[in-house]
Amino acid sequence: MDMNAPFFKFGFFGDEVSLIVAFVIGIGFGFFLERAGFGSARKLCAQFYFTDLAVFKVMFTAIITAMVGIFWLSWIGFVDLSLVYVSPTFILPQTVGGLILGVGFVVGGYCPGTSCVAAATGKMDAFVYLGGIIAGIFAFGELFPFLSAFYDSTPMGQLTIPQYFNLSYGLVVFLVVLMAIGGFAGGSWLEKKMAVRATEK
Amino acid sequence: MTTTTKAIPLENAKEHSKARTIREAQPYWNPYVAGLGLGLVLLSAFVIMGRGLGASGAFSSLVAATVNTVAPTHAAANNFYAEYLGDGTKNPLKDWLVFEVLGAIVGGFISGILAGRVKKTIEKGPRISVGGRLGFALVGGMIMGFGAKMARGCTSGQALTGGALLGLGSWAAMLAIFAGAYATAYFVRRQWT
Repeated sequence: MDMNAPFFKFGFFGDEVSLIVAFVIGIGFGFFLERAGFGSARKLCAQFYFTDLAVFKVMFTAIITAMVGIFWLSWIGFVDLSLVYVSPTFILPQTVGGLILGVGFVVGGYCPGTSCVAAATGKMDAFVYLGGIIAGIFAFGELFPFLSAFYDSTPMGQLTIPQYFNLSYGLVVFLVVLMAIGGFAGGSWLEKKMAVRATEK
Repeated sequence: MTTTTKAIPLENAKEHSKARTIREAQPYWNPYVAGLGLGLVLLSAFVIMGRGLGASGAFSSLVAATVNTVAPTHAAANNFYAEYLGDGTKNPLKDWLVFEVLGAIVGGFISGILAGRVKKTIEKGPRISVGGRLGFALVGGMIMGFGAKMARGCTSGQALTGGALLGLGSWAAMLAIFAGAYATAYFVRRQWT
């Protein structure tokens, strides 16, 4: 089969059309986030009290769907996986940034994408949260001259887990699927336990 | 009726909104079904565009464009803003993520309205005041904005997209996001439980 995808990278359409594509893909993104209940901060944050693990379940179902899908489409020669953009690894600032971001998630109740969906469905706290995000990014931008050394530290390039651990791509895909399924089972067990505990209280 | 809603005492308002919720709002989808849909959207972004989803980048473009309008020389001298402003030949808001996030707002609204879930409300647990919750929302948003930039992306760009592409830094960020949130959850439990 001739490699034809990613379509944009093969010049099937230009920048202007790509913005329409972005809007349409965004509609799908927002739709499923809202369907999952991610327009609700209480639903999202229940993840961190083990009472409702929908965040983990939705996120990992989405991850394995897209991961397995792109792996197969690349394996049959339809998609050139090397043309799908992998954001470069800067291990230390990404880990520290992730920790900070996680704190912001449970304190604020949302992440940036879910707060858009929450605001769109009338959650007033999400509008305030969005204001906070803009202020936080502005603070980061203004402090960037002082942060840039750390921000650009530990560069490792566009590195994937299979490359780093010298494993085959398919094996890592398989292991992530196994891990996710284990997580789903463990998560549901935990939810039941927490529900029992809540009724005993 | 909407004008009188504000005058209803808090407890009554709660009952009132509860009654409306029971009558109108549909339950959320099964998480695996919603996750499958989300995964197919992400996969279509990979196949059509050769890139994944994001959210915080759109707000970075907005901030950079605003700073550029107010103080162009200041913005040009800053490498963080400059990255989002490009070479100045095109409007920084004519950006893929900006349009994607606009779409997400529309998509969220469509889903919400179809399920009877669009309602002016404040998401919080029973043990915190409205003012307290909004204060947490503001501070949490600021922490999130800062952290997302340090991590080079948020839950959408790093955890979801980078996770599906098996990026090493993305997986590190994803694990750190969960670690940060779980480590903090106990201290803000009054807000949610």
